[in-house]
Amino acid sequence: MNTTTTRRSGFARLLRAEWTKFRTVRGWVLAMAGAALITVLLGLLSASGSHTSCDGACPAVPVGPGGEAVEDKFYFVHRPLNGDGSITVRVTSMTGQKRLPDSTPGSRRVASGVVPWAKAGVMIKESMKQGSTYAAVMVTGAHGVRMQHDFTQDVAGRPGGVSQRSPRWLRLTRSGADLTGYESTDGRQWSQVGTAHLAGLPDAVQIGLFAASPGDLTVTPGDFGGSSAASRFAAATAVFDQVSLRGSAADGAWRPDDVGVTLNPDGSPHHPGGFKESGDTYTVTGVGDIAPLSDGQQIENTLTGVLAGLIVVIVVAVMFITTEYRRGLIRTTLLAGPRRGRTLVAKALAIGAVTFVIGLVAATAAVTLGKAILVANGNYVLPVAPFTEPRVIVGTAVLLGAAAVLALAVGTLFRRSVAAVITAIVLIVVPYILATASVLPAGAAQWLMRLTPAAGFAIQQSIPAYAHVLGNYTPSGGYYPLAPWAGLAVLCGYAALTLGLAVFQLRRRDA
Amino acid sequence: MRATIEVAGLCKRFGQTMALDGMSFTVEPGQVTGFVGPNGAGKSTTMRVILGLDAADEGTALVGGRPYPGLRDPLRHVGALLDAAALQPSRTGRNHLLWLAHSQGLGARRVDEVIERVGLGSAAGRRAGGFSLGMRQRLGIAAALLGDPPVLLLDEPSNGLDPEGIVWMRGFLRGLAAQGRAVLVSSHLMSELEDTADHLVVVGRGRVVADTSVAGLIAAASTGRVALRTTAPSQAMAALAHAGAVVAATGRDTLTVTGLEGEHVVAVLNRSAVPFSEVSAHRATLEEAYMELTRDAVEFRAAGQEAAR
Repeated sequence: MNTTTTRRSGFARLLRAEWTKFRTVRGWVLAMAGAALITVLLGLLSASGSHTSCDGACPAVPVGPGGEAVEDKFYFVHRPLNGDGSITVRVTSMTGQKRLPDSTPGSRRVASGVVPWAKAGVMIKESMKQGSTYAAVMVTGAHGVRMQHDFTQDVAGRPGGVSQRSPRWLRLTRSGADLTGYESTDGRQWSQVGTAHLAGLPDAVQIGLFAASPGDLTVTPGDFGGSSAASRFAAATAVFDQVSLRGSAADGAWRPDDVGVTLNPDGSPHHPGGFKESGDTYTVTGVGDIAPLSDGQQIENTLTGVLAGLIVVIVVAVMFITTEYRRGLIRTTLLAGPRRGRTLVAKALAIGAVTFVIGLVAATAAVTLGKAILVANGNYVLPVAPFTEPRVIVGTAVLLGAAAVLALAVGTLFRRSVAAVITAIVLIVVPYILATASVLPAGAAQWLMRLTPAAGFAIQQSIPAYAHVLGNYTPSGGYYPLAPWAGLAVLCGYAALTLGLAVFQLRRRDA
Repeated sequence: MRATIEVAGLCKRFGQTMALDGMSFTVEPGQVTGFVGPNGAGKSTTMRVILGLDAADEGTALVGGRPYPGLRDPLRHVGALLDAAALQPSRTGRNHLLWLAHSQGLGARRVDEVIERVGLGSAAGRRAGGFSLGMRQRLGIAAALLGDPPVLLLDEPSNGLDPEGIVWMRGFLRGLAAQGRAVLVSSHLMSELEDTADHLVVVGRGRVVADTSVAGLIAAASTGRVALRTTAPSQAMAALAHAGAVVAATGRDTLTVTGLEGEHVVAVLNRSAVPFSEVSAHRATLEEAYMELTRDAVEFRAAGQEAAR
C-alpha cells in the first residue's frame, strides 16, 4: 500500500497540520489580520492626537554620548585643561532653595532646603557643548558623595552631607581617557569613589567646579488611585575652597558659564545660577540637572493599540482549541497525533508563531508610522539606543505570541470558549489596565506588573528608570518594576507553565 | 504490520457503571467483522480504547500487535470513522482532509484521490458545515482511507445514510476487506450487517456474548426446528412425541417440531399415515439470533448481579 511520503519528522508534520488548520478557517485568518490592523490604527490614532508647538522652532534637545536625550543644565566655573591633570577642592557647605506654590498670585514664595539629588562638585567635560561627555565627583543633597559620568552612570561614595564642621574634599584626576574620582574627610586620607572611561575624550577639555539642582518633585496620590507629580524650581548653592589644579591648566581667571540656561522672551536668563569669588573661596549656585531626560514622547506610545489587538489574539487562540472540543474534532486531532504532549505543543507553536509574525508586522508599522506622525506633529520623540527600538518591536511580537500560547493552554484546560477567554483576559489584560490606568496605588500597580503575566509589557519600556534621577516611576507613567527581558520572561514563564498543565490534563483525560 | 485488532480483557468503569467488563476479541484481516450490540453495550468505548482516545482500567488493545499511541504516522496503519459530525463547519471538506494528510506526511494529491474514491467530487470544496449527513459520512470514510491503512474501524457508518448510500457503503466495505484489510464495523442493528459482515462480535453490557461467523450464528439458532402444516395436528403430535420430538402447536394447523431432522419428521408421519401438506426447516433470521443472544446476555447479567448481592 503505497502513499506519497515526505521526509519530515513527526513533530514537523504536526506543526504543518496545525498551520493548515489555522489557515483554512477564514474567520481566524481575518481576525488575526484585524488584530494587526486594530493595533496599527489605534496606535496611529493616539499618535496623531499628540501635538506640540513652540514659539518658533522647538529648541534642540541635547543627546548624551549613549544616544539618549539628556538634560545638561548647570552652572560651571571652568578653565581649559590640556592633557592629564587633576582638580582638588574642599566643599564646606551646600544649601538651596525651593519654590513653594504661590499663595497670593504674583508674589513668589521660596523655602530653603536642598532636594535629594542637588549636586555640586568638580567636573571634567569634553566641551561646553550640551550633551558632551563628562565625569564628575560631587556631594549631593541626600545621597552622599557620588561619582557620575555620561549622564546615565552613577557610583555611590560615602553617605552624608557637608557642613562647615564636616567638610568634604573631592578630587578628580585625568589620565588620558580615564578619570578617577576620590573623596576625603580631612584632605589627607583619600579613598577612591569610582573611575570612568570617556571614549574619545580629546586632549583639550574643560575642568572646574559646578552646581546643579533638579526641580523639587512632589508626588501626590490621586483620590481614586494613581498619582500625580509636580516639579517646582529649586536651586543649590555650594561653597568651595582650597581649590588646587595640577597639569597644564590655563592660568588666569575662571570662566563662569550658566550651561543650558533658559532665556526669557526679553533675553534675560530664567532662573539664573551664579558665581561669587572672594579670596580663595568660590560660591557656585546652579539650577537644572545633569541627567537623562524623560520628558518627551516614548516610542512605545505608538503601541497603545496592542491591548486591543491582544484581546483579539486571545479570542482566536482560545477558539483554536475550544472549537475542536465543541465539535469533537479533538478526537480526530488526537488520532492523527496520539502523542498528546507533542500534538498540543505543535498547536501552541503554530498559533504562537502566527501571532508573532502578525505582531511583528503590526508593531513595526505602528512604531515606524507612529513615530513619523508624532514628529510631524511637532512632538519630541525621545531617542533610544540602537537596539532598543528593535527590542520594543520584536518584544511586542513575542509578548503577543506568548499571550496566544497562554490563551491556547487556558482553552485546553477549560475546553470552553467563554470561560477560557475571560480567564485569559483576567490574567493578562486586566492586570495591565489596572496597573496603568491610575486606579491603584503605585505600590499595588507595581506588584501587578511583577507577578502577573502582564509583566511582559515591560518589554515595551524604551526609557529606563534611573536610580539617580528622581521621577514618578509608576506603571501608569510607562515605567515597570521589572527589566524589559525579565518582565517578558515572567509572561513566557506563565505561558510555559500553563501549557505544561494543559499537556498534563490532556494526557490524563479521556478524549 | 499484521492487519489485526486484538482486544483482551478490557475493563472500564464510568462512576457506578461498568462500561467494559472483560471485553475480548480479535479482528482478522480479509474480512468485515461486525461489532454489534444494543446501544450502551460498550461498542464505542471499545473503539475509543483501541484508538488510544480513552484509557481502559484494565486489559490491552493492540493494533497490528502494537498499542495505537505507539504507532508512527498512525493514520497509515489505522483508519477510523468515529463521529462524522466532528468537523470545523467553516473549513471545506477538502481542507479538512488536507490538514489530516499533512499530519501524516501526505500531500494534496492523496487528498484528491480519496475524495474521488468516496465519490465526494466537487462537493469537497464546500464548507463542511453545509454537508448533509451522507456527505459527512463519505468525508469521514475519505479521512479513514487517507493513509491507505490495513486496519479500519468504523463506528455506525451507515447512520443517516439513504438506502442508496447504505448499499454503496456495503459494497465499499466488502471491497476493502477483499483487499486484505481488517475491517471492524459497529452497529446497533444486526440487519445493517446482515449482508456486509463475514464475522460477528456480538456484545452486551460491556462483554462479548458471541464471537462467530455469520453462517455459524444462523445455523446455531436454526438447529433442529421444523415447521409442519397438517390437517390432523393431534395425530401428528402423538406420533412425533412418540418418536422423541418436542412438538409445539403454533396455529390451528401448524406445529413446530424440535429434536428431529426434517426427513425424520417426514418418515415418522408417513409411517403413521398422518396427512401433512408442508414440512420445512425453520431458518432463523440473523435478527432473531441476535435478539436471542442479547436477551440472554441481559438476563444473564441481571441474574449475575442478583447472585453477587
